Amino acid sequence: MSTPARYWREIPQRYRYEGNKCKETGEIFFPPRLVNPSTKSSNFEKVNLETEGKIITYTVIHVAPAHFRDLVPYAVAIVELNDGVRITSMIADCDPDDLKAGTKVRIEFRKIYEVGDAGIICYGYKCVPT
Amino acid sequence: MKNNGKVGIVGHGSYIPRNRITIEEIAKVWGADPKSMEKGLMLREKSVPGPDEDVITMSVEAARNAIKRCGINPKDIGAIYIGSESHPYAVKPSGTVVAEAINATPEIHCADFEFACKAGSEGMYVCLEQVRSGSIKYGLAIGADTSQGCPSDALEYSASAGAAAFILGGEKVVAEVLETYAYMTDTPDFWRREHQFYPSHAGRFTGEPAFFKHVNACAKGLLKKSGTKPEDYAFAVFHQPNGKFPQRAGLSLGFTKEQMDTGWLAPTLGNTYSGASPMGLTAILDIAKPGDLIFMVSYGSGAGSDGFVFKITDHIVETQKKTVQTRAMLDGNKKYLSYGEYAKYRGKIKR
Repeated sequence: MSTPARYWREIPQRYRYEGNKCKETGEIFFPPRLVNPSTKSSNFEKVNLETEGKIITYTVIHVAPAHFRDLVPYAVAIVELNDGVRITSMIADCDPDDLKAGTKVRIEFRKIYEVGDAGIICYGYKCVPT
Repeated sequence: MKNNGKVGIVGHGSYIPRNRITIEEIAKVWGADPKSMEKGLMLREKSVPGPDEDVITMSVEAARNAIKRCGINPKDIGAIYIGSESHPYAVKPSGTVVAEAINATPEIHCADFEFACKAGSEGMYVCLEQVRSGSIKYGLAIGADTSQGCPSDALEYSASAGAAAFILGGEKVVAEVLETYAYMTDTPDFWRREHQFYPSHAGRFTGEPAFFKHVNACAKGLLKKSGTKPEDYAFAVFHQPNGKFPQRAGLSLGFTKEQMDTGWLAPTLGNTYSGASPMGLTAILDIAKPGDLIFMVSYGSGAGSDGFVFKITDHIVETQKKTVQTRAMLDGNKKYLSYGEYAKYRGKIKR
């Protein structure tokens, strides 16, 4: 469960899909890293991820955590965006039976979950088939 | 510095959820005659937000489409106003989330507006004057709702979901605002009290003394103020709480069905409340040609109307196909829900 402070810290990634790119190797990290693990460099620039890509693989959730109980069955996929970055994302607006590896998707801004009836509402990204 | 040049819309965008429910599906649950409901309201189906969609998510998508169209730097947006009667939080502005998501923070003025179904056009009105005064370069006005109707009530057949976003500015204007007019009285035709889940309304009182009085008075005032006649316009769009009201109002004012057809989305969209006439305007901007005049009158219960006269400029052509168009979203990629799925998605089932 997200606290307001943790949710707030992750806003650049969850709302705007901000990663960082190593200026020496060109690798893009999402979420952003402070140090490139292969070169130990900390010379980065901010980048926004591409918002279109394709499903690499996925699983279908039938028994979900409490926050997502009303969404079952739903798919969670590894999606490769057009810049090569791979993200883990729920796939919305689809029948999971219609999905397959290679299905083209795009990122949309969605409600992820609500913290109870009185807590904050957490927003972020999901992918939808195009 | 005061802006003395053309001021108006520089980019527009919209968002419609994919889910739909037919009037027939709702009517059969409540023992109503589907054909009678469809004919009486001139509605066939309506949009339904998914369980992960609300005013904030739809506003973000509509705003991103508007930015794609005009290509401005979001940091140049000096004000964001979201009009809705279904803001997700009772206290905490929707605009803060939307502005953050489009990367328009932190030097931006933000407020959430509420005036039943005309909260979206209020935002347009205020942004327009701020741009005209020179206090901001661009303003973002959004009308969005995930409106609720009490089960079996007439509103349940129409209350739907959608968002329309407009960036107003003074550079590369695609729809110049030539005139505005506002008309408002205290008329208790529709309301929702604090902590109430569903709105209440005054039945037939919502018609003549409310919708028709204000829409007609605003339209006549706008025609007089602008020195124009209905036949001068290529398009006209009115608030559309159902399919019938805007047609009746428009025809009585002297507009034709052909002028209203493009912006008349209600038959398959339903009533998107704060998004209603603004979404009709986005459908018009998707296909309008340079030189076209557009007549728009919104309506919000309580009650009042905002009127706008737009003139399309040459810049419209380069923006129209830069992202998805409203009619394509309305007609394509639909998923039809059963009443049970609809009730679950809209939180109508108690655990």
